[in-house]
Amino acid sequence: MSDTPLKTTPLNAAHRALGARMVGFGGYDMPVQYEGVLAEHRWTREHAGLFDVSHMGQARVAGADAIAQFERFVPGDYAALKAGRQKYSLLLNAEGGIMDDLMAGKPDHDGLYVVVNAGNKDADFAYLEANLSGDAQLVVLSDRALLAIQGPEAAEVMAAHEPALSEMAFMDCARLMLFGVDCFISRSGYTGEDGYEISVPNADAERIWNTLLQDARVKPIGLGARDSLRLEAGLPLHGHDIDATTSPVEGALTFALSKSRKEAGDFNGADRIAAEVANGPSRVRVGLIVKEGAPAREGAEIADLEGTVIGTVTSGGPSPTLGRNIAMGYVPPAHAALGTDLKVIVRGKPAAAEVVAMPFVAQRYHRKPKS
Amino acid sequence: MHFTKDHEWVRLDGDVATVGITKHAADQLGDVVFVETPEAGKTVAAKDSFAVVESVKAASDVYAPVSGEVIEGNVALATSPETVNADPEGEGWFAKLKVSDASQLDTLMDRAAYDAFLASL
Repeated sequence: MSDTPLKTTPLNAAHRALGARMVGFGGYDMPVQYEGVLAEHRWTREHAGLFDVSHMGQARVAGADAIAQFERFVPGDYAALKAGRQKYSLLLNAEGGIMDDLMAGKPDHDGLYVVVNAGNKDADFAYLEANLSGDAQLVVLSDRALLAIQGPEAAEVMAAHEPALSEMAFMDCARLMLFGVDCFISRSGYTGEDGYEISVPNADAERIWNTLLQDARVKPIGLGARDSLRLEAGLPLHGHDIDATTSPVEGALTFALSKSRKEAGDFNGADRIAAEVANGPSRVRVGLIVKEGAPAREGAEIADLEGTVIGTVTSGGPSPTLGRNIAMGYVPPAHAALGTDLKVIVRGKPAAAEVVAMPFVAQRYHRKPKS
Repeated sequence: MHFTKDHEWVRLDGDVATVGITKHAADQLGDVVFVETPEAGKTVAAKDSFAVVESVKAASDVYAPVSGEVIEGNVALATSPETVNADPEGEGWFAKLKVSDASQLDTLMDRAAYDAFLASL
C-alpha cells in the first residue's frame, strides 16, 4: 500500500458516529462494518441495507457524439438503449482486457450517466478523457455522493419518500427531485437484491443518509457485507475476479456483449473476443462450492482430481445465506462444466469442490415483465 | 493468565497450558466462521503458527505462546466457531499443550501489562 492519505466521502463523520470500523479501500477511508459482517449481511437479505458507495466514480459522457464515442470502448449497444434504462458494461482496453466494469444509463436526454469502480476511476476517466473525440466530453461528477439501498424492503422504504419509484423496474434509471434535491437514481445494485442506487449532491448526502436510517427497516451496511453479498450473487469484483488481462468471455460476462456490437466488431478488443467466442477461451470464471474444510480465499490453487493445478480462486469465503463455503475462480473450459469435481488447495491441503452455477443465492431483482 | 503481543492468551495448570485468542483479537476479527486447531501429538515451538482462525473476510494465523506438545485441540470450534466471539478467554480456547519449559511464560505479559499494551495500540 502507498502512503497516500486516504480520501473521505461526505459520509465519513456519519460512519464514525455510528461506530463503524474504518479501512482503506479504493483509496478511501470506508466503513468495513458497523455491528458485524454476518448481521449486516443477513439484515440486507431480510430487510433493507444502506451502503455508502460514494467512493465509486460518477461521470457524464455528454455531447452529440457521446454514445458513438463511448461505444468504441465498451461492447454494449448504448445507441439502442431506451431513455430511462441503464446497462452493465465493460470498459475494454485495446487487447480486449477488462479495464473496469461499469453501469451506464440514460436517466435524462443528456448523454450517458456512468458509474465506475473506486480503485479504477482515475485511470478510467483519464483513459476516456484522452480517447473520446469529436463532440463527446467526459464530465466527472465529483460533487456527488452515491448511496445504495438494497434488500427486500428497500422498495417500500423508498416508496415512502417518492411513490413513483415503485414504477421503476430493475435497470431503470431516472433523474428526478428526491429529498428536495436533484438526484440520479437506478433500480440496481451489487447484492443480488432488489434496491436502488441514488446519486445525491455531496452537500445533502449526510441529511439523506440520516433520513433513510430513521426508517426501522434500514440499517447501515459496511464493505465487508457488501463483498459477501456480491459473492453470493455471483457478481465479479474488478481487480480480483476480473482485471485488465481477462476478457469478457473469460470472465463469463458474455451477456454484456450486445449482439449488434459483436456483429459490428467495432470496439476495443473485438478481434480477441470474437475469436474466444468462436473457439473458446483458455480459461473461464466459474462458481465453486467448497465441500469440506476451510473457506478457499483469493489465491488458493484449484486442482483436478489427479492433483494437477489448473487454476486459481479469485474470491471466496463463507456464504452466510447457504451456510457453505463458496468461491469463484478460473479453470480451463474442459473443467468448467457444472457438476465437475475439483479440489481447492487451502494451506497445502486439498479440499473437495464442485463447479456450480452462479448466482449462488438466487437474485431477487424487480424485473420488468417481458412484453 | 499470560498474553502475547499477537493477542494469544495462555493459562497454566500444572504443566498443561490452555491457549486461545484474546477478547481484543476476537473483537477485531469480527464474526469467526472457521477455526482449525492442531491435532493431539503435534509438537510446537513458541511463536510457531499452530492454528488458524477465519472471519468472513480473512484467515489469520494463531501462534503458540509457548513450546510444547499438543494434548488436545478444541474440536467443538469446528462446529461452533462463533464460540470464539462469545467466550474467547473461556469456552473458545484453541488447544491444550504439555509445556516443555514453563519459564517461557515469564517472557509474556500479565493482564495489567497486556491491558497497557492494548491501550498503547
